[in-house]
Amino acid sequence: MKHLLSIADLGRDGIEEVLDLTDKFVEVSERRIPKVPTLRGRTVVSLFYEDSTRTRLSFETAAKRLSADTMNFSVGTSSVKKGESLRDTVETIEAMGVDAVVVRHGSSGVPWQVANWVDASVINAGDGWHEHPTQALLDCYTIRERLGSLADKRIAIVGDIKHSRVARSDVLAFTALGAEVTLVAPPTLLPPSLEGWPVEVSHDFDDVLRKVDVVYLLRMQRERMTEALLPSLREYTATYGLTRDRYRLLGDGALVMHPGPMNRGVEIAAEVADAPNAVITRQVANGVAVRMAVLFLLLAAEGDVA
Amino acid sequence: MTTVLKGGEIVDETGRRRADVLIGDDGLIAAVGDDLDAALVLDCGGCVISPGLVDLHTHLREPGREEAETVESGSRAAALGGYTTVVAMPNTEPAIDSASVVREVLELGAKALCDVRVAAAITVGRKGEQLVPMAELAALGVRLFTDDGAGVQDSRLMRRALEYASALGVTLAQHCEDAGLSQGAHMHEGEWSSRLGIPGMPAEAEELMVHRDIVLGRLTGAPVHFLHLSTAGSVELVRQAKANGLRVTAEAAPHHFTLTHAEVASYDPVFKVNPPLRGAADVEAVKAGLADGTIDAIATDHAPHPQEAKEAPFDEAPCGMLGLETALSLALTQLDLPIERVLALLSWQPARIAGVDTGPIEAGRRANVCVIDPTLLWTVDPMRLASRSRNTPYAGRAMTGKVRHTICKGEPVVVDGEAQR
Repeated sequence: MKHLLSIADLGRDGIEEVLDLTDKFVEVSERRIPKVPTLRGRTVVSLFYEDSTRTRLSFETAAKRLSADTMNFSVGTSSVKKGESLRDTVETIEAMGVDAVVVRHGSSGVPWQVANWVDASVINAGDGWHEHPTQALLDCYTIRERLGSLADKRIAIVGDIKHSRVARSDVLAFTALGAEVTLVAPPTLLPPSLEGWPVEVSHDFDDVLRKVDVVYLLRMQRERMTEALLPSLREYTATYGLTRDRYRLLGDGALVMHPGPMNRGVEIAAEVADAPNAVITRQVANGVAVRMAVLFLLLAAEGDVA
Repeated sequence: MTTVLKGGEIVDETGRRRADVLIGDDGLIAAVGDDLDAALVLDCGGCVISPGLVDLHTHLREPGREEAETVESGSRAAALGGYTTVVAMPNTEPAIDSASVVREVLELGAKALCDVRVAAAITVGRKGEQLVPMAELAALGVRLFTDDGAGVQDSRLMRRALEYASALGVTLAQHCEDAGLSQGAHMHEGEWSSRLGIPGMPAEAEELMVHRDIVLGRLTGAPVHFLHLSTAGSVELVRQAKANGLRVTAEAAPHHFTLTHAEVASYDPVFKVNPPLRGAADVEAVKAGLADGTIDAIATDHAPHPQEAKEAPFDEAPCGMLGLETALSLALTQLDLPIERVLALLSWQPARIAGVDTGPIEAGRRANVCVIDPTLLWTVDPMRLASRSRNTPYAGRAMTGKVRHTICKGEPVVVDGEAQR
């Protein structure tokens, strides 16, 4: 595999390969010195056109634990501010000799364009509303870790599906692994067409909560109010928020997940976020191991994890 | 110098016949008949001799965006595509909204490889606020007015513009797009926009304004021309309006009967265009509209952009694709229509809408003629196009049918597929 642009590039077998490999890197991460020499001499550059401390740090940590050299291209302080085009920036970075480019961009599709311009491996760290494949992989890993498998599990993804790259990647990944996915959102926050999406749709969160093994909450962005997509945050929370009352409808052992950063009190009540079956910080921890697995798959020569 | 087109078959609105065409040094057709001779003999064996093609919708970019196209380079592309007349769209910088800019473009056009007509804006600066001096511009020869690139949003203003225009013998042409419904959109809203995470505009953004302007045309009695119809709903609205006897005409662009929104899956902004590429059912509806006479003309919406602009992220890249050098081939192969119907859509029907004299091939007419080899196979190579820009969505595509010669006002501007200047 040369690039990781979409979950669709992996398919069921590819996802499972990453998850199996992640087991080994979780073990590495738990060592006293959580570092292996696997990618010594390789260079991984983070090219983030959007602020994202969490994902960027997660990739950097993953690369460092594999002993890769890391570079961080920060758009705010770079030549991009002087009007340099995306292509020129990407080709300049590649000319310095890099093996992988981790791209985050506010516009859907940019990682595909970058992959056409460079020889290095490209990893999509989130493009517009489109995809965020490593988030989906770490979500799958976290579910598998807690529930054993995703096969036949019922997963509700709740909130702003329309603008969510996490939702698009999660739907592809969860269904590839055999889960049944229900999208729960007001019609204004669903994609205009769900043709080809192997999902159910519900507007009755209470009803869905009683049936699911996993409830996955998406971040509710405040600017959606100004676009006439919602009357108010209060109404959103009342209808689609995982409030304390609504949390009681959830069955024993069902997981609460969130990609972060959370709006406590909006899509999730503070007490719910801290409940024992909320695995939100576990998702973050697994994120590093999953990204180690991805970097390993794309960059390592044949051989063992070490 | 006299020229003879020898050995071809004439196809025009009067029918088909085998004859040579002699073109005099006065720029007129001198004779049509057998065994004619002249100083320059152009072989037309196996070819169709047609009245020159007329493009109602060409973005020549001059003045203001000469790095993308000039009147000269655009007219060369037009001539190579068989066009002897193009109508230059007014979304230049400054916009074509005053007599001085109309004159500037017409003067540049006088030296071009085809006839250049001008469409002027409906409103000053295409801002949708104040009417341009329509009578003054009509007196300079402007026959079409449009704010193309955007629709006139204000219904009251559009009504006034139609009323005012109705006394001048000119036609208002609308880019139909309800700005509220299309706000922030970069492609057609539907299956692909949902999957690709790109904001889309629904077909209804176009159809709302088509419907409004049909109604305003009925109210004012003024003719309305619809630019680049792209949805099944729009085609049906125009079909009904025509059935009701209203004075509406319409055009469609080759990409809207050739490509669908699935192309955007590549995220290549070369497929970004406005109106956007639509669904397969819309493509079929546009074809049906061209076949049954609902749509009067094929217009290219030739919209050059420099390479750097089209290498931006999809949602930052400008809309538009090249069209002049590929329209004829696509019309010949995509529409399943006999060649005389295809040429009607490309030549004499748009000529009537533009107020251009592109009549049958007969003695005494102006010699605006193109000679088409309908079976020639070729491959689109962006580097070999005459346009200053390269943004064709058909790079590498195998095409059938190509222009062999183009004669504009008696001058052989294209001979054997090569521009002569």
